Amino acid sequence: MALLTRSRRRLQSSAPFLIVILAGAGAAFFIIPLLGLLLRTPWTSAWQQFGSAEVLAALRLSLLASVSATAIALVLGVPLAWTFARLAFPGRSVLRALTVLPMVLPPVVGGVALLLAFGRRGLVGGWLATTLGIHLPFTTAGAIIAETFVAMPFLVITVEAGLRSMDTRFEDAARTLGASRWTVLWRVTLPLVRPSLIAGAVLCWARALGEFGATITFAGNFPGTTQTMPLAVYLALESNPDAAIVLSLVLLAVSLAVLIGLRDRWLGAS
Amino acid sequence: MRARLVAALLVAIAVGLVSACGPMAPVSASQSGLNGTITVFAASSLNAAFTRIGADFEKRHPGTIVKFSFAGSSSLAAQIQQGALGDVFASADQPNMQKVIQAGLTSQMPIVIARNDLEIVVAKGNPKHVEALADLARSGLVVVLCAPAVPCGHYAAQTLQKAGVSVKPASQEADVKSVLSKVALGEADAGLVYVTDVKSAGNAVEGVAIPPALNVVAEYPIVILKDSQNRALARAFVSYILTDGRQTLARYGFTNP
Repeated sequence: MALLTRSRRRLQSSAPFLIVILAGAGAAFFIIPLLGLLLRTPWTSAWQQFGSAEVLAALRLSLLASVSATAIALVLGVPLAWTFARLAFPGRSVLRALTVLPMVLPPVVGGVALLLAFGRRGLVGGWLATTLGIHLPFTTAGAIIAETFVAMPFLVITVEAGLRSMDTRFEDAARTLGASRWTVLWRVTLPLVRPSLIAGAVLCWARALGEFGATITFAGNFPGTTQTMPLAVYLALESNPDAAIVLSLVLLAVSLAVLIGLRDRWLGAS
Repeated sequence: MRARLVAALLVAIAVGLVSACGPMAPVSASQSGLNGTITVFAASSLNAAFTRIGADFEKRHPGTIVKFSFAGSSSLAAQIQQGALGDVFASADQPNMQKVIQAGLTSQMPIVIARNDLEIVVAKGNPKHVEALADLARSGLVVVLCAPAVPCGHYAAQTLQKAGVSVKPASQEADVKSVLSKVALGEADAGLVYVTDVKSAGNAVEGVAIPPALNVVAEYPIVILKDSQNRALARAFVSYILTDGRQTLARYGFTNP
């Protein structure tokens, strides 16, 4: 043990100078814009801005939509990740590429694609409206769909990576001991990839929370119905930049609190 | 109401300046000492018309280059206040022009170069038979407007108030082009946009005119910035807009001030 710490210390002290400099520049790149926000924050009026009904409505809606999107992503995304990791079928790589496409697609284009699919005149949207009476654009459900579309790929690729790197001999052992496929999945596979599941869900949630382009394009913007925090921030920039800064800080504080809380409790990072 | 009065006064003063052969006096084509480059910050809705006018101007005065930076007026005003270098600023509304003036970044009074009326935009063929502002209150009709924070939303609210119509929009879009695209894609039945937007949108949509008595007119003021590095060229370009540029602006749906 003593030997291990000593060798680690030696390794640390011999970190290449250039790497440290570049890492410092990298950290500054993230910290300076944040400082810019903090220094420009009108602290005296900040509480007043925060307490306004519109801000609270946007915050409530943002939390509701991002948590719902993460839940949908877990229900649909984990089976998808399992399929990509465990089943070999023709066209798998193409299908996989298509499902992670929203990660590189400009979100606004994603929103237009959603309109063309689930909009009133969309591929399935017309049918949804006439037979089931479901209208997605301009509704909270639409905002959730938009966030799911953009955020789910983050969960899928994280869980898939976890499934690929896990030791499948545990599953084999459980099978030979007579466990059903379903039991193996629930009692062996998912517990083993728990860190990937949580990391994927957190990434997915964070992406959903910050989602802007697809939401405003597909679901529109109406306070209390589809105006999430990022939309409220964008519109506040037009009329009241101070309010926009305060709103951004609220969003930042909420996501930082959740990420730090989760990290200590579940991800086991020290 | 008071803002409009002040605006009208400003226009009157500006027009007075021009006709009184002030610093903005038109530059004749024969006067050819013009060269170099200017950068024009212009509201997004001026994009098509200004690009055309810029090309015509460069042809008239060989050796000159007019560069454009098109964006929302409030973004442009913020950029100028943060020190962006340019020669001319054309805003789609008076409040954003006032921000730049109050920051002391202009060299003279702004001049209104164009006006834009609001229009009801509907799908081609007007399938929902929207004939007037009052129809926008009809239940079952999906209406989208601009958010109150952006100029088109502000104007839409004023027009609806004049007409005594109360509309519950399905969405308050971030800009006028988004309202247009929601109608063009068939997601919304109607919206309120500028005449120039309907004109540039092509075949997917058509406009339903709003009577002048109820309409709210958007004004486009232009100004030469204090830090202009090529004032002679900037002045010549603004004069060109006020003379030959008028026709081009009209062709794109703007009305003369």
